[in-house]
Amino acid sequence: MTREDIIKPENLVYHKPTLLNDNPMHYCPGCSHGVVHKLIAEVIEEMGLEEKAVGVSPVGCAVFMYNYLDIDCEEAAHGRAPAVATAIKRLWPDRLVFTYQGDGDLACIGTAETIHALNRGENITIIFINNAIYGMTGGQMAPTTLVGMKTATCPYGRDVKIHGYPLHMTEIAATLEGTAYVTRQSVHTVAAIRKAKKAIRKAFENSMNGKGSNLVEIVSTCNSGWKMSPVAANKWMEENMFPYYPLGDLKDKE
Amino acid sequence: MAEDVVLMKGNEAIARAAIRTGVDAYFGYPITPQSEVLETLAEEKPWETTGMVVLQAESEVAAINMVYGGAATGKKVFTSSSSPGVSLKQEGISYIAGAELPCVIVNVMRGGPGLGTIQPSQADYFQSTKGGGHGDYHLIVLAPSSVQEMADFVDLAFDLAFKYRNPALILSDGVIGQMMEKVVLPPMRPRRTEEEIIAQCPWAANGKRKGRGPNIITSLELDSAIMEQRNIHLQAKYKEISENEVRFEEINCEDAEYLIVAFGSCARIAQKAIEIARNEGIKVGILRPITLWPFPSKEIERLSHQMKGILSVELNAGQMVEDVQLAVKNGVKVEYFGRMGGIVPDPDEVVNALKEKLMK
Repeated sequence: MTREDIIKPENLVYHKPTLLNDNPMHYCPGCSHGVVHKLIAEVIEEMGLEEKAVGVSPVGCAVFMYNYLDIDCEEAAHGRAPAVATAIKRLWPDRLVFTYQGDGDLACIGTAETIHALNRGENITIIFINNAIYGMTGGQMAPTTLVGMKTATCPYGRDVKIHGYPLHMTEIAATLEGTAYVTRQSVHTVAAIRKAKKAIRKAFENSMNGKGSNLVEIVSTCNSGWKMSPVAANKWMEENMFPYYPLGDLKDKE
Repeated sequence: MAEDVVLMKGNEAIARAAIRTGVDAYFGYPITPQSEVLETLAEEKPWETTGMVVLQAESEVAAINMVYGGAATGKKVFTSSSSPGVSLKQEGISYIAGAELPCVIVNVMRGGPGLGTIQPSQADYFQSTKGGGHGDYHLIVLAPSSVQEMADFVDLAFDLAFKYRNPALILSDGVIGQMMEKVVLPPMRPRRTEEEIIAQCPWAANGKRKGRGPNIITSLELDSAIMEQRNIHLQAKYKEISENEVRFEEINCEDAEYLIVAFGSCARIAQKAIEIARNEGIKVGILRPITLWPFPSKEIERLSHQMKGILSVELNAGQMVEDVQLAVKNGVKVEYFGRMGGIVPDPDEVVNALKEKLMK
């Protein structure tokens, strides 16, 4: 039997989204980035926006998002993606403009750009990967690192007396008049992935319909940074991350 | 038909020229002495006429990154600020230079360092002409010395920026930005259509159309061998710019025995100074660099052979004088005169410096 015989259209139950190219991903096994990239590719394709999408990648592990998504992309300076996206959307109002940022990029160095872009009601979507650690630079403390959690720069655990508290950036975003849809999701189970995809779709639709800013946080694992197996990281996330970063919609103007 | 001559500030001329020459967007943040650029644009509401976007950003950092975003899509976008704000923009400017995007930045310089003063200065010469941010790069630097040139250089800066896919800087100062002079604004020209931009900027990231691969705008390359090639490419571009885009003005140099090198507001002061000096029988001329990078080194070298001495006049502690010294190879004396901290010298001080430093 040839490959073509096996993969007859009537037998095909799943395929890689056409907007996800064949480049081998640099992400660690077990990382959430690959799943979220796939969801973005699927949603853009399903909305028929292949020729209208412009993505803005951050500084961090997802800096190379443009190596995997088959759409036009711009790589922003650390934290500045929402400012970059603001200009693209203002100048090309019929484009789908989204940023893809980690916790350090969005909730630390880019706090000002994030809050102001959301508060202006820019018709963009911000995908926020929160894994509570700086992955690319080797596992340092992030603004969202949990109290007591050990990282390379808080090796004895995050101590609020020294480091302050983990930042609830998505809760802040929900208070801003300019935001249309603010939600917190995860991609650690099939059910969660389906929900996350729906959230991304709603955010992208809002962006295209001029409803305002959209923030989709994905609570994620970083099993390399956390020094855990992918399975253990998922369990740790459920037990420790979800209580502090509860899943669900925080704001939906609909 | 006679041209319409109007009276306005240099900062206002920048704003009005941008609207009239089809600029697509301005992103800025208030800072003295350049806030009239944003104020004029806000008052003119070009989004209702030409469709130009005008946005007050949350910081200079955000503003330059909005410029980065807009420039990446092939649109004509610019920002303006003054010295402390331009320091904040340097990260973004480095990214724009690294990603080879066209845009225009305006710096209406004030005295520093630090928060310094709101009075005029030219102390950002090094920052402007030697790179400014991290990495090996150059901006194309235009130095207007009149309100008319403030108006004219907007379009010129965009032309050069798009010709070389390189950020261009209009390096002005608090004198030129704030003073009022008569000016003839450029004729109205529509913005380019999206179709024209797509055709003219096939590299731009504004949506991947069928028949081409994705356009990626980035300055990142982790493979050092490729990154070195990118740098070699940039240096080749800078060499081409150096060979083709030097602009300068010579004033009364034909019979000159002494030369003043001065740009921007200092060139205006020097013009009065050489009038005074020539009335006293001193044969002195001016070489006014219009492009500070590329610097008119060859022209200064050529003129140096007829000179007994050269004086670089600047509103700083002596920055451009280093480039003048590098240009002069025949041992002719090169001296500097300037004032700092927002003080602007009067022409007599320049004449006295000429006598003291070169003629004694």
